[in-house]
Amino acid sequence: MGHISVVRIIGFIVLGLSFLLTSCRRQSNIEEANDAGILIIGNSNEPKGLDPHLVSGVLESNIIRALFEGLCVEDPAIDGKALPGVAMKWTPNKEFTEWTFDLNPDAKWSDGKDVTAHDFVFSYKRMLSPDPNWPAQYSEMLYFLKNAQEYNKGKITDFAQVGAKAVDKHTLLLTLRGPIPYLPELTKHYTWYPVPEHIVLKHGKINTAFSSQWTRPGNLVSNGPFQLKTWTTNHKIEVERNPHYWDAETVSLNGIRYLPVKNYYTETRMYGDEQLHLTYTVPSELIPFAKENYGSQLRQENYVGVRFLRVNTLREPFTNPKVRRAFALAIDQQAICDKILQGGQKPASGIVPPFGEYKPPAIIQFDPVKAKELLAESGYESTSAFPDITILTTDSETGRREAEALQAMWKEHLGINVRIIQREWTTYLQKQYDADYDLCAGGWIGDYLDPTTFLEMWITDGGNNNTGWGSETFEKYLHEAENTADVPQRMATLAKAEETILNDTPVLPIYWYTTTYLIRPEVKNWHPLLLNNHPFKFVKIEKD
Amino acid sequence: MLRTILSRLLQTVVVVFLLVTFTFFAIHAMPGDPFADAKATSPEEKAALEAYYGLDKPLPVQYFNWWKNVITNNDFGDSIAMKGRKVSTLISESFPVSLKLGLLSLVMGISLGIPLGIIAALYHNQMLDYLAMIIAMAGICVVAFVLGPIFQINIAKPLTSLNVAGWDRPADIILPAITLCFGVAAYLARLTRGGMLDVLSQDYIRSARAKGVPPLKIITRHALRPALMPAVTFLGPAFAAIITGSFVVENIFLVPGMGQHFVLGVTSKDYNLVLGLVLFYGILMGIANLLSDLVLIFMDPKLRTS
Repeated sequence: MGHISVVRIIGFIVLGLSFLLTSCRRQSNIEEANDAGILIIGNSNEPKGLDPHLVSGVLESNIIRALFEGLCVEDPAIDGKALPGVAMKWTPNKEFTEWTFDLNPDAKWSDGKDVTAHDFVFSYKRMLSPDPNWPAQYSEMLYFLKNAQEYNKGKITDFAQVGAKAVDKHTLLLTLRGPIPYLPELTKHYTWYPVPEHIVLKHGKINTAFSSQWTRPGNLVSNGPFQLKTWTTNHKIEVERNPHYWDAETVSLNGIRYLPVKNYYTETRMYGDEQLHLTYTVPSELIPFAKENYGSQLRQENYVGVRFLRVNTLREPFTNPKVRRAFALAIDQQAICDKILQGGQKPASGIVPPFGEYKPPAIIQFDPVKAKELLAESGYESTSAFPDITILTTDSETGRREAEALQAMWKEHLGINVRIIQREWTTYLQKQYDADYDLCAGGWIGDYLDPTTFLEMWITDGGNNNTGWGSETFEKYLHEAENTADVPQRMATLAKAEETILNDTPVLPIYWYTTTYLIRPEVKNWHPLLLNNHPFKFVKIEKD
Repeated sequence: MLRTILSRLLQTVVVVFLLVTFTFFAIHAMPGDPFADAKATSPEEKAALEAYYGLDKPLPVQYFNWWKNVITNNDFGDSIAMKGRKVSTLISESFPVSLKLGLLSLVMGISLGIPLGIIAALYHNQMLDYLAMIIAMAGICVVAFVLGPIFQINIAKPLTSLNVAGWDRPADIILPAITLCFGVAAYLARLTRGGMLDVLSQDYIRSARAKGVPPLKIITRHALRPALMPAVTFLGPAFAAIITGSFVVENIFLVPGMGQHFVLGVTSKDYNLVLGLVLFYGILMGIANLLSDLVLIFMDPKLRTS
């Protein structure tokens, strides 16, 4: 066999293959999905589970929101507006402490059974279960109900004392721990969704946690616009129309396919190859590319979340509030937003992002001169007298770049050397919860549109506080706001609480979050929403 | 022969036992909390979770319980990170995917690597040799996370018939298989070339040439079998490795295979998942090594007597 024949054979193979590959022109995934009325979404990772009571992540909530429905649902375009869900209408008493929800008699589970007020009471009882083996991390979302916390902590044992009653099959009465004018807003959150009593109990007891198989495909029964069709690990989750949904006429999509694309570069490439309608995010390095190639398909929208650094106030030199403040004012937030993130993020002047009627106190702003003054006042004679300071962050690329930028800023503006410690996710979290750090990068995303979602975490010894900081004044304002029914007055009190924490600076705010994603033009009714909780029942696929 | 097999099987059992034991204590010695989440877990919840997964007991007891569960119930326990799912389910879901992808890329790697190695040896120190070895070297040096995106951008994007990533259409296997096969092909080419050069310089080949045996026949009848011995030795472990999946390739091409469970199991401190996988992988590796030894015995009569 000489050279020629080998070359010839290889040539034939290559030619044959390329002919085969190019000749079979076929529809792209998107074209196929458009014809079938299916929305394909990049959803970042494999969900940890689909039990609304046992998950706490954003990607899980994206699926749960399609499957289940609460008393109220999100408006597709207006933030903070509640549309009827399972509840047709709701009426509070004058003090906003008692709410009556009239449930829609047409509301059904996907197996055809009625959704009743008893399902809601059962769900709240399940979520608040005091059993030590019940690991619902998010049960405090229901602490707005009267005696909910007491029941959950085992201080009372009779659930009848908790403020959730089924007056009749279609009337739910909720009694609250204080005036809460924004209750409908809360009921949009998945922790307030009903779970099907008859199915949960079929696969275990009320508080059988992970060993229950009720959320597996084939078993899961839900009450939202869609029902679970398939779920294969690390592959895809598909939901299809729920034929028993009370408002099926409004639902336009025939189904949604969630792909757990962990690699965001792959995700952007899949979008370019017509494999996704919607991406979960766009990596910051690819934002210029996406702007140039996809124009208005690239969306950068405000998102209620804040990036910050926790400060360990029990460790030198951060026991001194002036040093903490100096570190905060020496952060050139704008530079981090423009040069590192490039996602349209905005410098954070506090810990509550701007939204609605809340007027946040703008206290933290980049001011290197003031920072130096504060440091001089702090009593440290020179920066060389400072102990060794470290900043803890995750092992992600963005985390590293952000920490390096901060390191350079403190060096430049304060003359202080800070060492970066990167740890992988679970170790990083453990160090944060154990308060084993000096400065620790972190963030918080709001669960609902009210400042308390950002403020309550900073109460003394709160599970997510981890800074060692606490203030009676701060908690006094929170308590005062909790008992105020008048909205403007309540907001003003909450602003005072935020002012207290910012003046003491146990947290150094960096920027307000945005969401950056790509969306195909045929996807309609997908509007910017601050919580990024898009109600899938209104989403349409329409070609212009 | 039977004794060889039995003794190798026994060795495998010992090795797998040691492997699992080492992994068990190593992964428990790692820092990090399997229940740490972006939202705080209260001490009570954490205690409940630890009790649920049996992590509240002393390490030796946990170790003993794990083996007991495996041996008496044939159960690897529940995944800690992906709650409500059994480790055995995760393995049985993902292994067929990795097996299919691994076998295809192995076949592609063999059919590319071995001819490349033979050509290189035949044209020793000539252009074709250099070319083949440059390809092989590139295959070893250019890792999958570089190769994968290059294929996505330059092959899948322009070709409408191929997807960038995913695991839905039959053609979705092509790019990950090509990406995976390069490493195998590269090693095989180098090993085959080395083996071939070694054999071609032997006296019996020279005698065959002197007797006027046609060159093609010298290679196929006399040289190939002994020349492939190093390649076969390599193929045993390579087979076990490739059919258990690759984290990088699965991550880039969105393949629901087994490789990502190894890495994510470790980073999320999913002790049960990691141990289940290590046990599974250890057994596969033992079997694959045994098979490659048997093939070697079949190929080399001298080994049968030793």
